[in-house]
Amino acid sequence: MTTAVGTQLDQPLVIGGRTFHSRLMVGTGKYHDNETMVRAIEASGAEVVTVAVRRVDLDRRKAEGILHHLDPEQHFLLANTAGCYSAEEAVRYARLAREAGFNDFLKLEVIGDRETLLPDTAGLLEAARTLVADGFQVMAYTNDDLITALRLEDAGCVAVMPLASPIGSGLGLINPYGIRIIKKRVSVPVIVDAGVGTASDACVTMEQGVDGILMNTAIAEANDPVAMGSAMRLAVESGRLAYLAGRMPRREIAVPSSPTTGMLG
Amino acid sequence: MEDKTLMVQLNGEARAVAPGSVSDLLRSLEIDPRTVVVELNRAIVRRTALESTSIKEGDEIELVHFVGGG
Repeated sequence: MTTAVGTQLDQPLVIGGRTFHSRLMVGTGKYHDNETMVRAIEASGAEVVTVAVRRVDLDRRKAEGILHHLDPEQHFLLANTAGCYSAEEAVRYARLAREAGFNDFLKLEVIGDRETLLPDTAGLLEAARTLVADGFQVMAYTNDDLITALRLEDAGCVAVMPLASPIGSGLGLINPYGIRIIKKRVSVPVIVDAGVGTASDACVTMEQGVDGILMNTAIAEANDPVAMGSAMRLAVESGRLAYLAGRMPRREIAVPSSPTTGMLG
Repeated sequence: MEDKTLMVQLNGEARAVAPGSVSDLLRSLEIDPRTVVVELNRAIVRRTALESTSIKEGDEIELVHFVGGG
């Protein structure tokens, strides 16, 4: 990008040594139908798409796997451990996911509570250490707590993924300070995961300087998921650009935009 | 094939299956082995080992794949 005041080039997003062309990552859950999902993902411009590991439904074979609809050549499949409530369970799911043979990346979730789906940070750290030692590129879904983010980085995670607000809540960015301090102190990429509800949430989140956003429900549960996918692409790009541009300072008094001299006498 | 069957736990359900390999089981379920990952008694069965891995009475078998998720 070349601007009037000089050249301010954005760096590509690199996670675990791999370069990604979009800062928006999207989930594939909760869509009314697969065709809408595919079109919404396309509109979002996302390269990384998350998937979950579940039992094959032996009796209802119509419930096909997601790969009947998503081309793994076109998307980077990021498996998650959603629904896992212990480190042991998450490690089991992670290994099954890797065996599918796409990549070593994993969105690690260890959930601590069914009502809030907030992470169990002790279990998360335990699972992260095990999986990093096992060769996984771990991207860890965590809360907005700096200390946990630092510990996850120490454990060898290739990205930390603090929440904007609880999964599926659509409440937007509740703790911008927490996210900014994580971004300031952690060296690995910070991808805000969960809680974004609409485009302005995505934009404000990117304006904090984070490296990317992962979202699912905000697009899947929109009245028009394809249009929202497009809106989110623009919002993430816009928020990123605004961050790089550097916003004006906030002032509590007005400052005129027009000259105060040359007024008629 | 003889009519003797084995009782196994398949994706959490008790099922009678014909003796044979994991590959044979997938074939009988009309599942393409490239689309699933198989876990046998909590250990992953590599795709290259599906043919040579026999199913035994009481085995716990999990067949998983990727579904939509966030």
